[in-house]
This record gives sequence, structure tokens and C-alpha cells, in this order.
Amino acid sequence: MEFLIASAIGTLTAGGLYLLLRLRTFPVIVGIALLTYAVNVFLFSAGRLTVGVPPILRDGITGYADPLPQALVLTAIVISFGMTAVVVMIALGAFLGSDNDYVDDQPETPDDRAEGGS
Amino acid sequence: MNHWLIAPVVLPALMAPFVVLAARNHISIQRVFSLAGVAAMIAIAIGLVIETADGTIMLYQLGDWAAPFGIVLVGDRLSTMMVLLTALLAFFVLLYAIASGWDDRGWHFHSLFLFQLMGVMGAFLTGDLFNLFVFFEVLLIASYGLMIHSGGNRRMRAGVQYVLFNLIGSTLFLFALGSIYAETGTLNMADLANRVRLIGAEETVGIRVAAVLLLLVFAIKAALVPLHFWLPSSYAEAPAPVAALFAIMTKVGAYAIIRVYTMIFPPDLEVTAGLHEVWLLPAALVSLALGMVGVLAAKRLDRLVAFSVIGSMGMVMVSIALFTPAGIAVALYYIVHSTLAAGALFLISDLVRTGRGNVDLTTQRPMVGTAMTAGLFFVGAIAMAGLPPLSGFLGKLLLLNAAYGTDLVVWIWATVLTASLISIVGFARAGSVLFWKAHGVTEDATANKPAGERPSVLSYVAVGGLVTLLIGHTVFAGQVHGFTIVIADQLFASDPYISTVIDTPGKLSTPQEEY
Repeated sequence: MEFLIASAIGTLTAGGLYLLLRLRTFPVIVGIALLTYAVNVFLFSAGRLTVGVPPILRDGITGYADPLPQALVLTAIVISFGMTAVVVMIALGAFLGSDNDYVDDQPETPDDRAEGGS
Repeated sequence: MNHWLIAPVVLPALMAPFVVLAARNHISIQRVFSLAGVAAMIAIAIGLVIETADGTIMLYQLGDWAAPFGIVLVGDRLSTMMVLLTALLAFFVLLYAIASGWDDRGWHFHSLFLFQLMGVMGAFLTGDLFNLFVFFEVLLIASYGLMIHSGGNRRMRAGVQYVLFNLIGSTLFLFALGSIYAETGTLNMADLANRVRLIGAEETVGIRVAAVLLLLVFAIKAALVPLHFWLPSSYAEAPAPVAALFAIMTKVGAYAIIRVYTMIFPPDLEVTAGLHEVWLLPAALVSLALGMVGVLAAKRLDRLVAFSVIGSMGMVMVSIALFTPAGIAVALYYIVHSTLAAGALFLISDLVRTGRGNVDLTTQRPMVGTAMTAGLFFVGAIAMAGLPPLSGFLGKLLLLNAAYGTDLVVWIWATVLTASLISIVGFARAGSVLFWKAHGVTEDATANKPAGERPSVLSYVAVGGLVTLLIGHTVFAGQVHGFTIVIADQLFASDPYISTVIDTPGKLSTPQEEY
């Protein structure tokens, strides 16, 4: 199971990084989504991988699942979900305004210069 | 337990929704409430600074849960000083936003501004690493909204870059927190400091990876080269008051580095040995040089100021990277200076934009209100470039003094002095193009009419307030530096902090009879 989880995190991260480097809005956003999945699984496994054990300490048990990483993952999921929604909206606004979806700086057009003066 | 410690976080958290919900369509009510709120935060921050000045560690346990299990807020000298600095900067920036009408050029400026303050204050006060992440996100979410305030294509595109870069930074932060938790089983800073010391010499791989990841995250926030690429475009394209407020955001990164790498991973810790001298110091020196070269190369005033922020963060990081009490004391002195100077310069670049229609560094018709704007720019540029008599010069002198006797003294002195010279040339060029060479382009009198309009008196008052603070920072440099030395001593003797956080009982520590 350790190998499975580790390779899943590695694959997700590698895919996410590759997409990030594409420098177009859509692949970059998908890449960030993949990276956040990877980090969520990673956080989850930070509390050690266990199967079929109770999440809280009680008398007469030998092992328990660490509940804290689960709370951390929940927070991380909520935040990354909200952030992705924000970046989609801003990227959509930028795309509709300037008619291309490159993330990096493009050579300035006359339109840009005219607006920069305002 | 003193409840005032959480007030800088709770106050904006309550004001911001109120401003959105109750006063959405009344800009004047919003202005009154947010100004009053920020003024109250200054008063609270002064109270907190006085309370902690004698070395007291204030502790606030949320929900009365004791430390490694519950979340704590901790106020020591460093935290409260940063809170006060934030509140002061925010007051004058807000005053400028109101005076120049920036807050009325889009929706929800005031509530986003207050949420951003909540995030910054929380990041300074928290005693828990995951909580630090959450407050980082709070301030980032608010800053995304502020960054694209009042719209425009260029601003939106800079906004996309800014948001994406910070999303990657947040992901990296989570990876760092995950590895720290996997290695130590805690995220409370004081508890971590205790546990990291116990890690044996042969099991350091995980914690070293975590320490480096965490340093990378904070370096992104602090815009340390080569992780600075998000800064120039976003600061230059953001509305001027927002960029001025962002001057404190890079300092959040610097604060986090100081806090984590003096307490959890102190320089004498074997696990992370070499991190500071081998990696942080060269990167800081390159930031300093690159930022100041950027000042010389910039074609627009707002970009020039953005690069000067990178340069001054480089200066801060050089003094942090020394990791001696003297170095940290200088860093803190310089952080105050750099925040005020950068904030003032961003506002001044907006005064130029108002008076002349654009901020391109080309010879143009004279602007409206040249005398006042030029005077303020002169003072701000002297401070930022580090010429005598202002605080930038004193900070630089203290840094050179603190670096004297270290192994890399030649490199530090050479870089600091050369970079200062370059930045002086850059600022002098910008000032002369903007103010001295501005003459009528043609003989036609109507064409010589300035393109802009006169900035309001209140804008000058706001910028003047920041400049006055800078002058005060210079005049009382002895006292301020004395105080930062005391702060640094407290940082390097972290045992009272740790024992206050860990040993204060909460509701679970003393079981009641009836359970």
C-alpha cells in the first residue's frame, strides 16, 4: 500500500508540474488541480497509513488512525477548491479582455500601451 | 488570559462582513467604519507593544485548549511590533485610497482591505504552523480581490500570474507541513522546537527536506531571487494603495523566516546546518543586486518601485542570513524602514500618475502639482536608496557593521555598496526625467497643458504621514534599534516562549472532579 500511495503522489505531482510548465491558462489550472490532489493525499499519508483501526484512542486497542491529518486535509481541500474557483474566474476575465490565454508576459501591443497610459 | 491579543484578528474579521452586508451601497459609511477600525487597531497594537515590551510572552489559547492540542496565538515583542507596523501602514494607505477615490473604482475595496489586514495580523500572531498557512491563505484570498480591484486587461493578466504563482506556493507550503508532521507529529511551533532537537543525527533526511521546503515557501513570499518573478508585474499593475499595502506582505515572509529559523531550526542546530550561510546568504545578495539593477533598468515608475522592493527585501534577507542577534536586530530595523519607504513610494507613483496621466519614465509635459510630488519623491527616494540622512542609510550602516567580522564580509560589503550606488543612479535618473526634464514639448501653449489633474490635499496628507513616520524612524533610530536588539535577544533565547506555550494549562490539563 505504501508503494501504491507513494507512486500515486509522484505521478500526480509529475503530471501537475508538466502541465504547469505549459504556460497556457487551461493546462496550468488543471495542473494546479492535480498538484492539490497530490498534496492532499500526501498530507493524508503524513499520519501513517492504517487500515481498519479506530480514529480515536480507547481502552483495549493497539493501533489508531491519526485524526489530525484528516482535519488538515479537509482544510486544505476547502481552501484549494475556493482558490481554484477564484483563479478560473480571474483567468476567464483576463482571457476575454485580452483575447489570448498565455500566462507569461507577451510582447506589448498598441492596445496595451494605450491602456497603460490611463 | 488576556483577550486583547486576539483583537487585531477579530476586529477586522467582524468589520469586513459588516461593511459588505450593511453598508454595501454607501461608500461614505464604509470609509468611516474602516478608518475607525484601522485606527482602533493602531490603539490596540500600541497597547500590545507596551504590554510585551518588558519581555512578557502573551498567550491566547483558543477555546481554552492547552498548547500542542489547541491553537494558540502568541504575542512577543517581535509579533506585536509587526502588528503595530501593519496597522500604521494600513491607516495611511487607507487614507490615501479614500482621498484619491481608488476605493470607489470597484466593489468591496474596504471589506477586502480589512480581510487582508486580518490575514496579516493573524500570520504575525499565530503560534501554530498550520494556522500560519490558514492566515496566509486569508491574506492571499483578500489580496487576489484587491489586486484586480477596478479591473483592466493588463491588471487582470498580472492578476492571473499573481494568483497562479501563489497557488503553487500554497501547495508547496502544504507539502512542507505534511513532511514536518510526518517527521515530528506536531505543528505547534513551540512543541516543534522541542521535538526537532530530539531527532537523532542519522534520521535527519525527512526534517531537512521539510526545513528546505519551508524556507522555499517563505522565500517565495519574501520575493527572494530566484523566486521573485511574481512581484514586479503584480506590484506594478496593482492599484497604488493596494501595492502600498502589499509592502507588508513581503515582510510576512521575512517574519516567518525569522520566527521559524530562530526557534524551530536555530542556526546551531546540526540538522539544518549550512542552510543559512550556504543557501540563504548568496540568494539574498543576488536579490539585492538584481533588485537595484532593476531600479536602474525600469521604464515605468511603478515597476521601478517594485524592483526597489525586491532590492530592499534582499537587504533584509542579507541581515537575516547572518543569523546573529546583531544581524536580526538590523533586519528588524530595516524591515520597518523598507515597509514605510516602499508604501510611500507606491503612493507617490500614484501621485505622479494622477498629475501627469501616466508613469512612463520619458520626457513629457510637466505634471500638475510638481513641487509637492517632487519633494515627497525626493525624500522617499533618498530613504529607499539609502542616502544620508534618512533611515535607509542608518540601516545599511548597521548592516555593514553587523557583517564585519563574518567570513563573507567582502562579498556583503561589496554587494551592498555597489547595489546602493546603482539604486542611487536609478532613482536620480527617474527623478530627473520625471521632474526636471519635464518641459513643454512644443511651442504651442495649449499642447503644454498638463494631462493630469491635481491630487487632493488629503492624498498629500496620507503620503506625508508615511514620510513623517520614516523621518521619525530616523530621528529615534537609537531607541528603535535598541528595541530591535532586545527583540533579537528574546528570539535567540526562545526558552521562555516555548515554556509559556507548552506549560500553560488549558481545560484538559486539569481534569475536573465531576468527569
